[in-house]
Amino acid sequence: MCTYIVETTKLMGAAKGPQGWVSIDTANVYFDHPFHAPLDHSLNIDFMNQSDGLTQRIAVELSADSAMRLVESILAALKQGEAAHF
Amino acid sequence: MSYYRGMTTQVVSITGYQGDKGEAYYARPEGNGPFGAVVLIHHMPGWDNWTMEAVRKLAHQGLIGIAPNLYFREPGSPDDQAAKARADGGVSDDQVVGDVEGALAFLRAQKEFNGKVGVMGFCSGGRHAFICAGRIASMKAIVDCWGGSLIVDDPALLTPKRPINPIDYAKDIQCPILGIFGNEDKNPDPAQVDKIEAVLKSLGKTYSFHRYDGAGHGFFGSERPAYRVEQALDGWKKTYDFFHQHLD
Repeated sequence: MCTYIVETTKLMGAAKGPQGWVSIDTANVYFDHPFHAPLDHSLNIDFMNQSDGLTQRIAVELSADSAMRLVESILAALKQGEAAHF
Repeated sequence: MSYYRGMTTQVVSITGYQGDKGEAYYARPEGNGPFGAVVLIHHMPGWDNWTMEAVRKLAHQGLIGIAPNLYFREPGSPDDQAAKARADGGVSDDQVVGDVEGALAFLRAQKEFNGKVGVMGFCSGGRHAFICAGRIASMKAIVDCWGGSLIVDDPALLTPKRPINPIDYAKDIQCPILGIFGNEDKNPDPAQVDKIEAVLKSLGKTYSFHRYDGAGHGFFGSERPAYRVEQALDGWKKTYDFFHQHLD
């Protein structure tokens, strides 16, 4: 069943979409049917700029396993980067 | 006539809920008809390729198919619209019913339409189809494909956009109901399907439920791993036969 579950997090950064680089301040995260990926369910992340009226969306649809690996990679990269830079 | 039936497809304008101007994907079989019609209600991911394919499958079988874009009020492509609608907590049931009534108004203006219309939906669209069958008296048949949350046990889950427990509309459904479910589905799971069936039975409704072993949620979707060819082919055959029985 499709759900209406969405985890929203505020963030600061930029993302590159069809119109080039845009500032982003919001990510909506949900695990549900994808629009494009050949999966029954996917971990979907929509990066957007809420303050800009959500005019652009940079989206990814990931398998559950690859989403978990991405989480681990992000944490590992942050840990190594902090050690190297600070 | 050729063994294979031709069809014409187009994106048409409809007037939806509260007079909003929207759009729908329309497929009509080759020939003068007149043909019965099915309003197909898309699932939560929106007005996607699968929805268009399903509309064409209906037309290929000699039925008019029309699928309104329930997210047309949002900007962007259909996937962007779906993401925005989700972020806003989905669309309201009243709005869906209004948009489906807009599709019906479009159908009534088509000379190839025979005046008999049914409704079909997948997933959340199955839930919407159930509600539409209860609220729109002119519906002649409904096919609910694994519509979840038809029975809301916890009143706290009723929201301003979805204020009525869908099963409460069962008493108002006057047309035959075809239900298609996978026994490995989680929502609705077999116990929930049992509860839905018990309500329909107690109300004396005309219904036929088909439950498929080895199939879960969304098993008609040929572009996804959940696709189950044998069960899907049988489910589609039952769908076509059901609509022809009640809409021809």
